[in-house]
Amino acid sequence: MDLFHNLALGFGVAVTPINLLYGFVGCILGTLIGVLPGIGPVATIAMLLPATYALPPVSALIMLAGIYYGAQYGGSTTAILVNLPGESSSVVTTIDGYQMARKGRAGPALAAAGIGSFFAGCVGTLILAAFAPPLTELAFKFGPAEYFSLMVLGLIGAVVLASGSLLKAISMIVLGLLLGLVGTDVNSGVARFSFDIPELTDGIGFVVVAMGVFGYGEIISNLSVEPENREVFTAKVQGLFPTKQDFKLMMPAIMRGTALGSVLGVLPGGGALLAAFAAYTLEKKTKLRPGEVPFGQGNIRGVASPESANNAGAQTSFIPLLTLGIPPNAVMALMVGAMTIHNIQPGPQVMTSNPELFWGLIASMWIGNLMLVILNLPMIGIWIKLLSVPYRYLFPAIVLFCAIGVYSTNNNTFDVWMVALFGLIGYIFVKLGCEPAPLLLGFILGPMMEENLRRALLLSRGDWSVLVTRPLSGGLLAASLLLLVIVLLPAVKSKREEAFVED
Amino acid sequence: MNIKSQKDFFSGLMFIIVGGAFGWGSYSSYSVGTGARMGPGYFPLLLGALLALLGFAVLLTSVLAREEQADHEIGSIAWRPLFFILLANLSFGVCLGGLPAIGLQPLGMIIGIYALTLISSYADMHEFSYKGIFILATILSVGSYLAFIKLLQLQIPVWPVQITG
Repeated sequence: MDLFHNLALGFGVAVTPINLLYGFVGCILGTLIGVLPGIGPVATIAMLLPATYALPPVSALIMLAGIYYGAQYGGSTTAILVNLPGESSSVVTTIDGYQMARKGRAGPALAAAGIGSFFAGCVGTLILAAFAPPLTELAFKFGPAEYFSLMVLGLIGAVVLASGSLLKAISMIVLGLLLGLVGTDVNSGVARFSFDIPELTDGIGFVVVAMGVFGYGEIISNLSVEPENREVFTAKVQGLFPTKQDFKLMMPAIMRGTALGSVLGVLPGGGALLAAFAAYTLEKKTKLRPGEVPFGQGNIRGVASPESANNAGAQTSFIPLLTLGIPPNAVMALMVGAMTIHNIQPGPQVMTSNPELFWGLIASMWIGNLMLVILNLPMIGIWIKLLSVPYRYLFPAIVLFCAIGVYSTNNNTFDVWMVALFGLIGYIFVKLGCEPAPLLLGFILGPMMEENLRRALLLSRGDWSVLVTRPLSGGLLAASLLLLVIVLLPAVKSKREEAFVED
Repeated sequence: MNIKSQKDFFSGLMFIIVGGAFGWGSYSSYSVGTGARMGPGYFPLLLGALLALLGFAVLLTSVLAREEQADHEIGSIAWRPLFFILLANLSFGVCLGGLPAIGLQPLGMIIGIYALTLISSYADMHEFSYKGIFILATILSVGSYLAFIKLLQLQIPVWPVQITG
């Protein structure tokens, strides 16, 4: 079997001591930022990117991936214990998880989240390994027109499924695309929008954008709200193990959550957040068994299912990145940047040209999930202690790490001035209610879209209809249009707004 | 005519201005070319125009909406954190790179960390204490030195040039 042969290759790469170490470091850091409110995975990955320059590409990507799914785990811990979602994908976990903690059942809630996440992570990894090769085959059939349309679908999908105001989100994408075009045009050699500043001819660094907008912008807006009083259930975490009855209830919920999460994760823009929302909604629709606690009052299924779903989704959202080179969300956009830094062009050729990187990364995800279960359940006490670190000690450290990270990208203070500018811009976005994630996606895809459009139009001698007359490309554009129409239908529109109000 | 959503009104305005600027810039400074032979100005002009149009639509919705949205006001601006966080970042940059314009030599990372910690702490005056800031800055200095300089071997000036030469 090819699948097993490939996985064996992957495990061979992932189980080397050095990669195990970096995977471990990634998981720890990820859990840490998941637990600490006020700093998300996007800012952290951006911050740590420069630190991975010296590493071999496989180790670097393994560590960054570890941060990503570690954050999903850590986010659920704070959701259950403090009623604060550490990550946006844990928002629904707060509903029943926090209620369980209040009833003294924090232990089983944490265990349900951990076990569910682990199971989902295993399934997600297998799906990734099984579906990546055929999708890659398909990707090789894509011409420039198809790639352009695919990116349109990806960008539209990203905002349709994961943002508040649709119109503003699309505007943010276009703004991101434009910012991505700053710098030297590869075709004509003209430096665009560089205002004769030599540093700008290389374009704006995406680390600068990510850190300014996600790091500084968020710190400033966090500091402008009064600190809330948090209630931490530290003393009450005892008896980690769920009862037999708990297991009976949560196992089917974990299955459902995993299935739903795996499917939604592959969709552009789907990823972890949508998966968790959908899974919770599905659980609420299934009938309560006699004697079961109603939802919203501490039902274990309300923890197990969304937590499985967000982990499965986090895992399968690597599929579009690894097979097509198209990032489905902001974190994956940063992974594209990380790969480019290590001279790996993301896309279908990665699997054939760097098989050990491709399969090593996949295998490391499974190992990472195992580490996280081991890390999180027994060490829960340490993570809880971290929650008591006051924000006033945290934010100067975050500002410092951002500044050092930005400086060391090019060993140039120009990037430090730029990050301040983007910090200001990020704060303006917060104030105007414009979500920055679509901007980052557009920023990464800008040059790729231009290049593919240029090639497509060159081949068709300037005829735009090539985008719709080629069946695959036309189909992708039709799908984007369909997505837009569905979201704008009044019935769906009101439901969607409802879902994001809880956010 | 009154504005139903301040946030949307000003977002729309921002998109129109930025999109217009990009569009105008690409039209006036770079060759646009044709579809078959796209010049450097072609794609940005297209996107700039699209952004301005989208901005106009956002602006319209903010004026034409039937009722006021719940969370529509921009609210007060947090000048204090905005100023001090950005200043902390800039002063760190000055410490690392110096300011050749006024003949200031680089002061290095360690001094930069103390400056950054102190200045950024002014952003939040709840339970402000110089002692706490000093301890935090010391921990961060030692930690950064070990992690970034010793372990990761990043090329960052650590001490003032005057001392190291």
